[in-house]
Amino acid sequence: MSGAPCILSVSELTMRFGGIVAVNNLSFDAERFKITALIGPNGAGKTTVFNCITGFYKPTGGTMRLAHGVGSSIALERLKDFRISQHAKVARTFQNIRLFPGMTALENLMVAQHNTLMLASGLTFLGLIGAPSWRAAETHAIDRAKWWLDRIGLLDRADDAAGNLPYGDQRRLEIARAMCTEPVLLCLDEPAAGLNTRESAALSELLLSIRADQGTSILLIEHDMSVVMEISDHVVVMDYGVKIAEGSPQQVRDDPKVIAAYLGADEQEAIAVMESTP
Amino acid sequence: MDYFAQQLVNGLVLGSIYGLIAIGYTMVYGIVGMINFAHGDIFMIGGFMALISFLVLVSFGLTAVPIVLLIVLLVSMAITALYGWTVERIAYRPLRHSFRLAPMLSAIGMSFVLSNYAQVAQGARVKPIPPIITGGYTLHEGASGFVVQLSNIQIVVVVTTVALLLIFTWLVARTRLGRDMRACEQDQTMAALLGVDVDRTISMTFVIGAALAAVAGMMYLLYYGLVDFYMGFVAGIKAFTAAVLGGIGSLPGAMLGGLAIGLIETLWSAYFSVEYKDVAAFSILIVVLIFLPTGLLGRPEVEKV
Amino acid sequence: MSILGNTKAKVETAAPAERGMTMPAPHAKTRAPGIPFILKKALLSALVALVLFSLMVGIRTEAGPTGQLIYWTRFGELASLVAAVFGGSIVIELLRQWLGPTGVADLVPTSVQNAFALAGRLVAPALLVFTLLVPVIFYNQRYILDLGILVLTYVMLGWGLNVVVGLAGLLDLGYVAFYAVGAYSYALLATNFGLSFWVCLPLAGFLASLWGVMLGFPVLRLRGDYLAIVTLAFGEIIRLVITNWQSLTGGPNGVSGIPRPTLFGIPLTAGDDGLAARLGIEYDPTQRIVFLFYVILALALLTNWVTIRLRRLPIGRAWEALREDEVACRALGINTTTTKLTAFATGALFGGFAGAFFATRQGFISPESFTFQESALVLAIVVLGGMGSQLGVALAALTMIGGFELFRGLEQYRMLVFGIAMVLLMIWRPRGLIGHRSPTVYLKRAQAISSDLVKEGHG
Repeated sequence: MSGAPCILSVSELTMRFGGIVAVNNLSFDAERFKITALIGPNGAGKTTVFNCITGFYKPTGGTMRLAHGVGSSIALERLKDFRISQHAKVARTFQNIRLFPGMTALENLMVAQHNTLMLASGLTFLGLIGAPSWRAAETHAIDRAKWWLDRIGLLDRADDAAGNLPYGDQRRLEIARAMCTEPVLLCLDEPAAGLNTRESAALSELLLSIRADQGTSILLIEHDMSVVMEISDHVVVMDYGVKIAEGSPQQVRDDPKVIAAYLGADEQEAIAVMESTP
Repeated sequence: MDYFAQQLVNGLVLGSIYGLIAIGYTMVYGIVGMINFAHGDIFMIGGFMALISFLVLVSFGLTAVPIVLLIVLLVSMAITALYGWTVERIAYRPLRHSFRLAPMLSAIGMSFVLSNYAQVAQGARVKPIPPIITGGYTLHEGASGFVVQLSNIQIVVVVTTVALLLIFTWLVARTRLGRDMRACEQDQTMAALLGVDVDRTISMTFVIGAALAAVAGMMYLLYYGLVDFYMGFVAGIKAFTAAVLGGIGSLPGAMLGGLAIGLIETLWSAYFSVEYKDVAAFSILIVVLIFLPTGLLGRPEVEKV
Repeated sequence: MSILGNTKAKVETAAPAERGMTMPAPHAKTRAPGIPFILKKALLSALVALVLFSLMVGIRTEAGPTGQLIYWTRFGELASLVAAVFGGSIVIELLRQWLGPTGVADLVPTSVQNAFALAGRLVAPALLVFTLLVPVIFYNQRYILDLGILVLTYVMLGWGLNVVVGLAGLLDLGYVAFYAVGAYSYALLATNFGLSFWVCLPLAGFLASLWGVMLGFPVLRLRGDYLAIVTLAFGEIIRLVITNWQSLTGGPNGVSGIPRPTLFGIPLTAGDDGLAARLGIEYDPTQRIVFLFYVILALALLTNWVTIRLRRLPIGRAWEALREDEVACRALGINTTTTKLTAFATGALFGGFAGAFFATRQGFISPESFTFQESALVLAIVVLGGMGSQLGVALAALTMIGGFELFRGLEQYRMLVFGIAMVLLMIWRPRGLIGHRSPTVYLKRAQAISSDLVKEGHG
C-alpha cells in the first residue's frame, strides 16, 4: 500500500496444526484509521488469523507488524498473549461472546481497565490504604465505563449481570469492553452474528463512530455482507487458508473468484453466470 | 546387577497392580471427564472382599487353592463391581450436568465414606493373612550369593493382569459395549441421538473399572498378605499418576504408566530411601503434568478460542 | 457497609414457570405410579444393599489371639441395615413425589421468604456482635470458648481458601500445606530461636506465601481436575516431608513446648510478671483462653477485611474475572500468570497465619494435624458457604465444626457422616448456602447476581 500508513502489516503468515495448514502464506495490510474486513466461507481460516494476531496461537511462520509510536513497529508474533493487548494495544472480541457473565456490565468494563487501575493503585498497596490518588483514578475509570455504557445504550442496565443481558446488548457490551482498553487496533470476530437488521444497522453505526471519534483502526471478520459493504474501506477475501482477492468492497463483490468460493462453484461457472445476468 | 534384576521383577509386578487400578481412572476420565477420587477406595474394598470371602471359604473346609482363588476372584469382582455401580448411581449421576466442582467434591466425599465404612465395619487394624501361594523359581544365582527369584505369586499376578488386559482390549475394540464407550467418549450428545444408552454405558464403564480394581485388590492381598482401610488413598494417587503418565484416556497407556510407576517406586525404595518413596511418586505426578500433560501416549489438546 | 460485606441476602429469583405461572399439569403424568412402584424400588435397593453389606458388615474379621485372622458373623446388624435401606428408600420416594421437582422453595410462602431476606441483612452484624461477646457470655464454660476458638480458626481458613477457590476459581485441594508451613515455621522459629509469636506471625505468613508462589508456578497451565490433584499431591508431599525429616521437624513426634503469645511482651501467666498481677486482678487460666479467642478473632477479621478490600481493587476484580473467563482476561491484557500467583500467595498467607495461631494455641504440633482430610474439610466449608461469599463461609464453618463437635463420642462415625454429608450437599445444593454474588461496584444499586450465572472457574 503506497503512501497510506499501515497499522497492521501481515506478511507470509502460516499456521499449521499437525498436518493441516489452516493459514497458508497470507499477506495483507490494514490501513490506519480504516475498517478492514476479512471475509470468506466457513473454514477459510479467518478466526485462525485473528488468533495469531491476538496471540492465542503462535504462528508457524510469517510476521505481523503493528505500527507503534512514531516510525517503529512491534512484531506481534513475538509477544505473549496478554502483552498484545497491554503493550501493543490490540483488542479483540470473540465469535462466541466471552463476557464475564457473573459480573455486572459496569464490572466488565472496569476489568478492561485493569492495567491502568493496577498502576494507579500502586500495585494494590495504595488502594488498600485508600490513597486519594487511587480514589481519583477509580472515579475516572468509572466515568469512562459510564461513557461507554451510555454510548451503547446500556447505562440504565449498568448494574445488571452481563449474563442476563439480551444477546444484542451482550455483543455491544463486548465491543465497549474492548474499547475500554484504549486500543489502536480493534479486532472483531463476527460482531454481527445473530443480530437482526435493526441491530446490525446500530452496530454499523457504532463501528463507524468508533473509527471516526476514537481514531481506532478496525479489523473485522464478518459474514453479514450488508455490514461489510456498508462500513468497510478495504476487504480481504480468504478461502482454504489463502488470500484469493483483495480490494474495495465493490471490487471484491464483483470478483468471480470470490463468488465462486462462496458458491462452492468453479470460477468459470461464476463468470458464466455473471455474464449471463444483466 | 542381580539385585537390580530382582528389583526389576518386583517393580513390574507392583506395576501390574497399579496398572489395573489405573485403567479404571483413565476409562472414567475419558468418558465423563472427571477424576473418580473414590476409585482408590474401590480397590481397597476389593481387597477386603477378597480377604473376607477367602476366610469364609477356608473356614468351610475348601482347601483346593486354585478353586478357592477362582471363587474368591469371581465373588470379589462381582461385589466390588456392584460397589462401583452404586457409587456412580448415587454420587455422580445426579451431578453429571452440574458445575465442575460438584462431582469432584462428591467423589471426595464418597472416598471418605468408603474408607471410613471399611474402618467402622472391620476395625482400624491391619488384616494379615498367611501366604496362600508359595514357592517360586530361581531365575539366576549370582556370584555374590544373591539369588534372583521369581515367586509363584508374582507369576500369578502378571498372568492374571495380561489375561485381563487381553479380554478387556477385545471388549473395547470388538464388542457393542466397547463401541458405545468410545462413542460416548467422543460426543455424548451425538451418541445419545444415535440410540446409545449413555447412562447404561457410563454405568458399565464404572462397573468394569471397579471389577479390575477388585482384581488388583485381590492381587495386592495375595502379594503383600495384608489389607487395611487406608490403602486406597495412596494407591489411588499413584495409580492416577500412572494413568496420567501413560496419557489419560489411553488404555495401553494406563498399563504402561502403571509399570513405570511400579518400577520407579521399587527402584527408588531399593536405592534411595523407603520413607520417601511416596514423595517420589507424587513428585512424578507433578513433573509429568507440568512437562508432559498429555502423557506418553495421549492426544495433544489444542485450546479452542 | 457492614464489615462482613454486602449482606443483602436476596432470595434466588425463580424462573417464571416456578413463580406459579405454569399450566396445570395433565393428571396422568404427574400422579404417582403408586405403591407397587415404590415397593419395587425399595426392594431393589434393599437387595443391592444386601449384596454390598453381606461381606463387609455381615462378617467381622480381626487378628486373633495367635496372630491369624478369625471372624464372626453379624447377621443381626446386616438385617437391620438392609431393613433401614428398605425403609429409607420408601421414605425418599414418597418425599420425592410429595415435594415434586421444584423442591422445597415452593412450600415456603412468599411472605416468609421476604421476611428471611430482610433478616438476612441483619445476620452478619448480629453474628459479629455475638462473637465479640462470646467470652463475656460464656466466661466460665471453657468448653464453649475452646469450641469458639476452633470455629474461628476454620472460619479464617475458609476465608483464606475462599480467595483461591471462591474468587479466583483455582481448585486447591492442598490448602493444608500452607497451614502446616505456617504452624511449623512458628514452632521451629520459636523453639529454636526464641522469637515471640508476634514476630513470627508475619514470618510464618511470609514463608507460607512463598510456598504458595512455589506451588503456583508449576500449576499455571493446569485446569480443573488436574490442578486439583496436583495441589493435593503438594499437600501430601509437605506432610510426608514433615513426617520424615526428623532432624528438622521431629518427625511423627512433632514439636512441643511452643510458647504462647504475649500481650505486648506481658505473658498471661500466674507469676508476678503476668498480666493478672500487673492489672491487680486474680489470675485465672481462662484469661489466656479469652486472650487467644480475641487473637484469632482479630486475625480472622483481618482476613475478612483484606479480602473485602481486595475484591474492590483491580487485583480482586482480576481474580473474579479469571474465574469467569480466563481467555477473555488474556484478551484484555491481564497477566493471568501473576494474577494466579497472587491468588495463591494471598490465600497461603492467611493459611500461614492460621497455622501459626494453631501452633501457639496447642503448644504442640505433629504431622497428624495436617492430613488431606483437613484440606477437604476447608474446601467443603468454602463450597458449602457459596463460593466467594464471606458470610456464607462463616456460617458454613460454624455448621460444620459445630456438627463435628456433636460427634465427640463417636469418633469413628464422624468422618463417615462427613463424607455422606458432602455427597448429599453436592446433590442438593452444589452452589452452597448463599446463592448469590454481590457486585463490587455499582452505579445505582448493588443487585445480587444469582449463582447460576457465576462461573465456578476451571483453574
